[in-house]
Amino acid sequence: MADVLNVAFAIKPWVGSFLLLVGAIMGIIGAIGMLRFPDVYTRVHAASVIDTGAMTVAIVGMLLLAPTWTIAIKLAAIWLFLFITGPTSSHALINAAYKAGLQPLIGVEARKPRQSDEGTS
Amino acid sequence: MIGAASLGLIVAVLLLLIRALRGPTLYDRVAAVNALGTKIVLLIGAIGFLLGRPEWLDIALLYALINFVTTIAILKFFRYRSFQVPMVRREES
Repeated sequence: MADVLNVAFAIKPWVGSFLLLVGAIMGIIGAIGMLRFPDVYTRVHAASVIDTGAMTVAIVGMLLLAPTWTIAIKLAAIWLFLFITGPTSSHALINAAYKAGLQPLIGVEARKPRQSDEGTS
Repeated sequence: MIGAASLGLIVAVLLLLIRALRGPTLYDRVAAVNALGTKIVLLIGAIGFLLGRPEWLDIALLYALINFVTTIAILKFFRYRSFQVPMVRREES
Protein backbone atom coordinates (compact mmCIF):
# COMPACT_ATOMS: atom_id res chain seq x y z
CA MET A 1 0.00 0.00 0.00
CA ALA A 2 2.80 2.41 0.89
CA ASP A 3 4.55 1.60 -2.36
CA VAL A 4 1.44 2.45 -4.34
CA LEU A 5 1.15 5.78 -2.53
CA ASN A 6 4.82 6.55 -3.16
CA VAL A 7 4.44 5.83 -6.87
CA ALA A 8 1.31 7.96 -6.99
CA PHE A 9 3.07 10.91 -5.38
CA ALA A 10 6.04 10.44 -7.71
CA ILE A 11 4.01 10.58 -10.91
CA LYS A 12 1.57 13.27 -9.74
CA PRO A 13 3.48 16.29 -11.19
CA TRP A 14 3.95 14.49 -14.49
CA VAL A 15 0.26 13.72 -14.78
CA GLY A 16 -0.55 17.33 -13.88
CA SER A 17 1.83 18.73 -16.49
CA PHE A 18 0.46 16.33 -19.09
CA LEU A 19 -3.13 17.40 -18.39
CA LEU A 20 -2.09 21.05 -18.60
CA LEU A 21 -0.51 20.35 -21.99
CA VAL A 22 -3.66 18.55 -23.15
CA GLY A 23 -5.70 21.58 -22.09
CA ALA A 24 -3.42 23.88 -24.09
CA ILE A 25 -3.74 21.68 -27.18
CA MET A 26 -7.53 21.71 -26.80
CA GLY A 27 -7.33 25.50 -26.62
CA ILE A 28 -5.41 25.57 -29.91
CA ILE A 29 -8.07 23.34 -31.49
CA GLY A 30 -10.80 25.71 -30.30
CA ALA A 31 -8.91 28.70 -31.72
CA ILE A 32 -8.58 26.93 -35.09
CA GLY A 33 -12.31 26.32 -35.05
CA MET A 34 -12.85 29.97 -34.21
CA LEU A 35 -10.78 30.89 -37.28
CA ARG A 36 -12.25 28.47 -39.80
CA PHE A 37 -15.98 28.23 -39.13
CA PRO A 38 -18.22 30.26 -41.44
CA ASP A 39 -20.52 32.37 -39.25
CA VAL A 40 -21.02 33.71 -35.74
CA TYR A 41 -23.11 30.87 -34.37
CA THR A 42 -20.74 28.06 -35.30
CA ARG A 43 -17.74 30.10 -34.15
CA VAL A 44 -19.26 30.71 -30.76
CA HIS A 45 -20.20 27.05 -30.57
CA ALA A 46 -16.57 26.02 -31.11
CA ALA A 47 -15.22 28.63 -28.72
CA SER A 48 -17.73 27.95 -25.93
CA VAL A 49 -17.61 24.15 -25.87
CA ILE A 50 -13.87 23.94 -26.25
CA ASP A 51 -13.33 26.69 -23.68
CA THR A 52 -15.25 24.94 -20.94
CA GLY A 53 -13.63 21.58 -21.69
CA ALA A 54 -10.08 22.85 -22.06
CA MET A 55 -10.44 25.01 -18.96
CA THR A 56 -11.62 22.03 -16.93
CA VAL A 57 -8.80 19.77 -18.11
CA ALA A 58 -6.12 22.42 -17.55
CA ILE A 59 -7.40 23.30 -14.07
CA VAL A 60 -7.48 19.62 -13.07
CA GLY A 61 -3.86 19.47 -14.21
CA MET A 62 -2.99 22.54 -12.15
CA LEU A 63 -4.78 21.00 -9.16
CA LEU A 64 -2.42 18.03 -9.38
CA LEU A 65 0.50 20.48 -9.44
CA ALA A 66 -0.71 22.55 -6.49
CA PRO A 67 1.68 22.48 -3.53
CA THR A 68 -0.68 23.60 -0.77
CA TRP A 69 -4.37 23.43 -0.03
CA THR A 70 -4.82 27.21 -0.30
CA ILE A 71 -3.77 27.15 -3.94
CA ALA A 72 -6.00 24.16 -4.60
CA ILE A 73 -8.99 26.05 -3.16
CA LYS A 74 -8.16 29.10 -5.29
CA LEU A 75 -8.05 26.87 -8.38
CA ALA A 76 -11.40 25.36 -7.45
CA ALA A 77 -12.84 28.87 -7.12
CA ILE A 78 -11.51 29.82 -10.56
CA TRP A 79 -12.96 26.62 -12.01
CA LEU A 80 -16.39 27.21 -10.46
CA PHE A 81 -16.53 30.81 -11.64
CA LEU A 82 -15.44 30.05 -15.20
CA PHE A 83 -17.75 27.04 -15.35
CA ILE A 84 -20.72 29.24 -14.49
CA THR A 85 -19.84 32.36 -16.48
CA GLY A 86 -18.51 30.80 -19.69
CA PRO A 87 -21.82 29.36 -20.92
CA THR A 88 -23.66 32.39 -19.52
CA SER A 89 -21.64 34.87 -21.53
CA SER A 90 -21.89 32.68 -24.66
CA HIS A 91 -25.65 32.58 -24.26
CA ALA A 92 -25.84 36.34 -23.79
CA LEU A 93 -23.63 36.87 -26.84
CA ILE A 94 -25.71 34.64 -29.11
CA ASN A 95 -28.95 36.12 -27.80
CA ALA A 96 -27.67 39.61 -28.62
CA ALA A 97 -26.55 38.51 -32.10
CA TYR A 98 -29.96 36.93 -32.76
CA LYS A 99 -31.85 39.98 -31.52
CA ALA A 100 -29.62 42.16 -33.71
CA GLY A 101 -30.86 40.26 -36.74
CA LEU A 102 -27.92 38.10 -37.80
CA GLN A 103 -29.11 35.09 -39.76
CA PRO A 104 -27.21 31.81 -39.53
CA LEU A 105 -25.75 30.43 -42.75
CA ILE A 106 -27.55 27.27 -43.78
CA GLY A 107 -27.34 24.89 -46.71
CA VAL A 108 -25.08 25.61 -49.64
CA GLU A 109 -24.07 29.08 -48.50
CA ALA A 110 -22.28 27.70 -45.47
CA ARG A 111 -20.01 25.65 -47.71
CA LYS A 112 -18.73 28.52 -49.81
CA PRO A 113 -15.11 29.26 -48.90
CA ARG A 114 -14.35 32.67 -47.41
CA GLN A 115 -17.92 33.80 -47.85
CA SER A 116 -18.27 35.29 -44.41
CA ASP A 117 -15.14 37.40 -44.50
CA GLU A 118 -16.33 39.73 -47.24
CA GLY A 119 -20.00 40.23 -46.57
CA THR A 120 -21.84 40.51 -43.30
CA SER A 121 -25.50 39.69 -43.19
CA MET B 1 6.22 20.33 -20.06
CA ILE B 2 4.54 23.26 -18.34
CA GLY B 3 6.59 25.50 -20.62
CA ALA B 4 5.21 23.67 -23.67
CA ALA B 5 1.70 24.14 -22.29
CA SER B 6 2.33 27.87 -21.83
CA LEU B 7 3.64 28.08 -25.39
CA GLY B 8 0.53 26.30 -26.66
CA LEU B 9 -1.69 28.72 -24.78
CA ILE B 10 0.23 31.64 -26.29
CA VAL B 11 -0.35 30.17 -29.77
CA ALA B 12 -4.07 29.84 -29.02
CA VAL B 13 -4.17 33.47 -27.84
CA LEU B 14 -2.49 34.63 -31.06
CA LEU B 15 -4.95 32.68 -33.23
CA LEU B 16 -7.89 34.15 -31.32
CA LEU B 17 -6.33 37.60 -31.69
CA ILE B 18 -6.40 37.15 -35.49
CA ARG B 19 -10.14 36.47 -35.29
CA ALA B 20 -10.64 39.43 -32.96
CA LEU B 21 -8.85 41.75 -35.38
CA ARG B 22 -10.47 40.64 -38.64
CA GLY B 23 -13.86 39.42 -37.43
CA PRO B 24 -16.55 40.62 -39.82
CA THR B 25 -19.17 41.43 -37.21
CA LEU B 26 -19.09 42.89 -33.72
CA TYR B 27 -20.17 39.60 -32.15
CA ASP B 28 -17.22 37.74 -33.65
CA ARG B 29 -14.90 40.18 -31.97
CA VAL B 30 -16.68 39.95 -28.62
CA ALA B 31 -16.67 36.14 -28.77
CA ALA B 32 -12.97 36.10 -29.64
CA VAL B 33 -12.13 38.47 -26.78
CA ASN B 34 -14.20 36.39 -24.36
CA ALA B 35 -12.47 33.15 -25.34
CA LEU B 36 -9.13 34.97 -25.24
CA GLY B 37 -9.81 36.03 -21.64
CA THR B 38 -10.31 32.41 -20.59
CA LYS B 39 -7.03 31.46 -22.29
CA ILE B 40 -5.27 34.35 -20.54
CA VAL B 41 -6.54 33.12 -17.16
CA LEU B 42 -5.10 29.66 -17.85
CA LEU B 43 -1.88 31.24 -19.12
CA ILE B 44 -1.41 33.31 -15.96
CA GLY B 45 -1.90 30.18 -13.85
CA ALA B 46 0.48 28.10 -15.99
CA ILE B 47 3.22 30.74 -15.95
CA GLY B 48 2.76 31.06 -12.19
CA PHE B 49 3.40 27.34 -11.79
CA LEU B 50 6.28 27.52 -14.29
CA LEU B 51 8.06 30.25 -12.35
CA GLY B 52 7.26 28.64 -9.01
CA ARG B 53 4.97 31.42 -7.84
CA PRO B 54 1.43 30.01 -7.66
CA GLU B 55 0.23 33.17 -5.90
CA TRP B 56 -0.47 34.52 -9.38
CA LEU B 57 -3.75 32.62 -9.25
CA ASP B 58 -5.17 35.62 -7.39
CA ILE B 59 -4.52 37.71 -10.49
CA ALA B 60 -6.07 34.97 -12.64
CA LEU B 61 -9.24 34.99 -10.52
CA LEU B 62 -9.48 38.78 -10.77
CA TYR B 63 -9.00 38.57 -14.55
CA ALA B 64 -11.81 36.02 -14.83
CA LEU B 65 -14.17 38.30 -12.89
CA ILE B 66 -13.31 41.35 -14.99
CA ASN B 67 -13.61 39.35 -18.22
CA PHE B 68 -17.18 38.29 -17.52
CA VAL B 69 -18.30 41.77 -16.49
CA THR B 70 -16.63 43.30 -19.56
CA THR B 71 -18.40 40.92 -21.95
CA ILE B 72 -21.82 41.61 -20.46
CA ALA B 73 -21.18 45.37 -20.38
CA ILE B 74 -20.11 45.47 -24.05
CA LEU B 75 -23.16 43.49 -25.13
CA LYS B 76 -25.49 45.70 -23.10
CA PHE B 77 -23.93 48.84 -24.50
CA PHE B 78 -24.22 47.76 -28.11
CA ARG B 79 -27.80 46.62 -27.62
CA TYR B 80 -29.15 49.71 -25.85
CA ARG B 81 -26.43 52.24 -26.83
CA SER B 82 -26.24 53.23 -23.17
CA PHE B 83 -25.08 51.80 -19.86
CA GLN B 84 -28.08 53.30 -18.08
CA VAL B 85 -31.19 51.67 -19.41
CA PRO B 86 -34.39 53.28 -18.09
CA MET B 87 -36.12 50.92 -15.72
CA VAL B 88 -39.51 50.86 -17.37
CA ARG B 89 -41.22 47.86 -18.85
CA ARG B 90 -42.18 48.13 -22.48
CA GLU B 91 -45.82 47.45 -23.26
CA GLU B 92 -45.24 45.17 -26.23
CA SER B 93 -42.33 42.75 -26.55
